[in-house]
Amino acid sequence: MSVRVYDLAHSRAGDKGNTSNISVICYDAKHWAFLERELTPERVADAFRHLAKGPVRRHPLRNLKAFNFVIENALGGGVTVSLAQDIHGKSYSNVMLAIELPDPK
Amino acid sequence: MRSKEAVRVGSGAGTSDDRLVPALELAERGDIDYLVFECLAERTVSRENLSRSKNPDQGYSPSLHARLRMVLPTCIKKGIRIVSNMGAANPLGGARAARKEAADLGLGDVAVAVVLGDDVSSLVRHKGDLRLIENGEPLESILPKMISANAYLGADVVCEALNTGAPIVLSGRVADPSLFLAPMMHEFDWAYDDLPKIAQGTAAGHLLECTASVTGGCFGWPGKKDVPDLARNGFPFADVKADGSIVIGKTPGSGGRLDVMTCTEQLIYEIHDPTAYITPDCVLDITGIALTQEAADRVRITNAKARTATPTYKVNVGYADGYIGEGEVSYGGIDAVARAKWAAEIVKERLKLQGFTYDDFRVDLIGMSSLHDQVAIRPEPYEVRLRMAGRTHDRKAAHAIGFEVRALHMHGPGGAGGACEPRVRDVLAVKSVLLPKSMVNAQVIVEGTL
Repeated sequence: MSVRVYDLAHSRAGDKGNTSNISVICYDAKHWAFLERELTPERVADAFRHLAKGPVRRHPLRNLKAFNFVIENALGGGVTVSLAQDIHGKSYSNVMLAIELPDPK
Repeated sequence: MRSKEAVRVGSGAGTSDDRLVPALELAERGDIDYLVFECLAERTVSRENLSRSKNPDQGYSPSLHARLRMVLPTCIKKGIRIVSNMGAANPLGGARAARKEAADLGLGDVAVAVVLGDDVSSLVRHKGDLRLIENGEPLESILPKMISANAYLGADVVCEALNTGAPIVLSGRVADPSLFLAPMMHEFDWAYDDLPKIAQGTAAGHLLECTASVTGGCFGWPGKKDVPDLARNGFPFADVKADGSIVIGKTPGSGGRLDVMTCTEQLIYEIHDPTAYITPDCVLDITGIALTQEAADRVRITNAKARTATPTYKVNVGYADGYIGEGEVSYGGIDAVARAKWAAEIVKERLKLQGFTYDDFRVDLIGMSSLHDQVAIRPEPYEVRLRMAGRTHDRKAAHAIGFEVRALHMHGPGGAGGACEPRVRDVLAVKSVLLPKSMVNAQVIVEGTL
């Protein structure tokens, strides 16, 4: 059994230059520790391997029951030069939400 | 007049393409004191600089006319002051356009305080040894192609403009949260060394700078994160008190939702290190912030912290960097994906046969892989739209992509339909440097009679 980030959290992606930042915000604070343990920067880097060179840094925001993932080299050179359709990477939050994690139980 | 104990700062635009009407609703029904229009994306100033080089009267945000025409009668009547960076690459030209709109509306001689000094292009032209933040290379490497260089000014000079008493304040590049912080500093005489208040105002500015993002826009998800009446979503405001206490609200009777979830998404948006969100006014730390639902559609923000601002301004340097060409065509039904893939190979070969080369090239199958790649593992859809795009310094090569994709109608696999016209756009790249604040001469002048 597994859960998706989607089941426990909501998310939004933003851009600055060639860097994407993606929030992961727990619906319920009780899942924060589970995500802290399982949703590691390594796991996120792996999920974005085909889209971003990285590195990936994770900033905890316990006060907001959230994390901020900062993914470098993620936006095809940045909004102004990228050939992508979604130049801002707004849809990247959905890659995050689709990450599967072991069942928290 | 409202007492000086509290002030309400409204958010009327979060990008140059933002919706118009919610700002009017906010002005009419929101009981606001200030209406802030934030209208500059990273490359907007570069683009407007190009407009200005073709016509010296232009270079301000083209949306200025429609926005001001819409809200000015209400704002002037109610004494709502307008603050905006719609001056873009030509704040003086923008001010003249704003005054003309006011006169045409029968509002008389409306003064505009203009913030100048963000344009540092002549200054940095002699500073080729400044290092680009993105890649560490000297600024010199892009100077020959430079179109614009603009410092992100802070709230201090916008506050100075408000001190003139002009009903409208117009600037070029100013950091987004600073546009909102400035009215608070002006009303309550907050100084930069009063860090808890500057922190609160900056955090509130960050919550407001994307308008509908705290009222349910860019948020909703059917069945999971429902947003009531999203079609009529309202714009937000901040209720600010002199002691730095702040509550975020939205236009009464508007659609959407404003709660801890929407505010949390916006608070983290476009922040990297949450202990060090650098603005021209301070270094904000959001790791202690608490957001609490105080009432329906009202969220209180507490415990923002900040350290003293850095001694430098971030300067965005815009430069011409070739062209992006693109084309699209659709395939549907049996073997749609196989035909689209074959078509892509044919176009690539034809471009190569003509000797065109590209710095970057991309093939998307819209419906499968245009957003998140990995075409090999995606299920095949019934129909797919082939998109091909390339970046090059040869305009002909850029145009050829869309030309060859469109020609697939007659010269490609069977059943191609609905190709778009070939598209070519100028690449306005942006990189940044840091410039000591002491070198930048930010100033205010007033157009019109006070």
